[in-house]
Amino acid sequence: MSSMLDVFKIAGSALGAQSVRMNTTASNLANADSVVGPDGQPYKAKQVVFAAKPVDGSADAVGVQVEQVVDSAAPGRMVYDPANPAANTDGYVEMPNVNVVEEMVNMISASRSYQANAEVMNTARTLIQRTLSIGQ
Amino acid sequence: MTNRLDKELQFHQTALNLRAYRQQLLSSNIANADTPNYKARDIDFSKALTGALNMRLGPVALATTSAGHIDSAPASPFDSMAQYRTETQSSVDGNTVDMNTERAAFAENALHYEASITFINGLLRSMQTAVQGQ
Repeated sequence: MSSMLDVFKIAGSALGAQSVRMNTTASNLANADSVVGPDGQPYKAKQVVFAAKPVDGSADAVGVQVEQVVDSAAPGRMVYDPANPAANTDGYVEMPNVNVVEEMVNMISASRSYQANAEVMNTARTLIQRTLSIGQ
Repeated sequence: MTNRLDKELQFHQTALNLRAYRQQLLSSNIANADTPNYKARDIDFSKALTGALNMRLGPVALATTSAGHIDSAPASPFDSMAQYRTETQSSVDGNTVDMNTERAAFAENALHYEASITFINGLLRSMQTAVQGQ
């Protein structure tokens, strides 16, 4: 019966997943104006895909993991800037498809979820400590 | 004497185990608050405790009479008690976790867990006093 210790694994997996999400958000925001990436194409916004994953094979202790990181399929923003070397024949530059508002929302959501899970971990720690002091 | 002590502790032990199990379910819910299509689960505590105390909870399994049969015994004795939560507000991604409900239930369950421990401590203390006979 290690329910209480599984809580650590569950909350831990969530902390990891949320920090990966925070990482992609940071990357997206940092590259919101990167017209040229390593492959010569404009930067594509990255999104994480979460999936529930049992931590020890039981159906009750369900952690979370980042299943994959996908490139957003949204079309890039077209900006008229004929002086830009990356401009096409019509004078338009394709900017990254990063939606800054969406990224900010993502960031806040990730940070709140991270906080909630850190609190879960703290509570579990307190409870285990209490359990260990039974009869003292 | 020890038999009696055992019996006294049995109730609190079952309750504590069940509280720990519920804590695990609730933390799973909180961890998966952003997972698409995740369905939040919880137990009806008083019903589960009654079931556990009446020993109606041992893993109920189908008989496996051939090598090809799949073992249907639940992994944990409390497995059969978890139920899906009715969602209050539906979300686009099919997730049924309501953070407010989960956080409140989590805090409440933690308190009850501590209360159980306090009961056990009190029980042990009074038993000790009785044994010492002073």
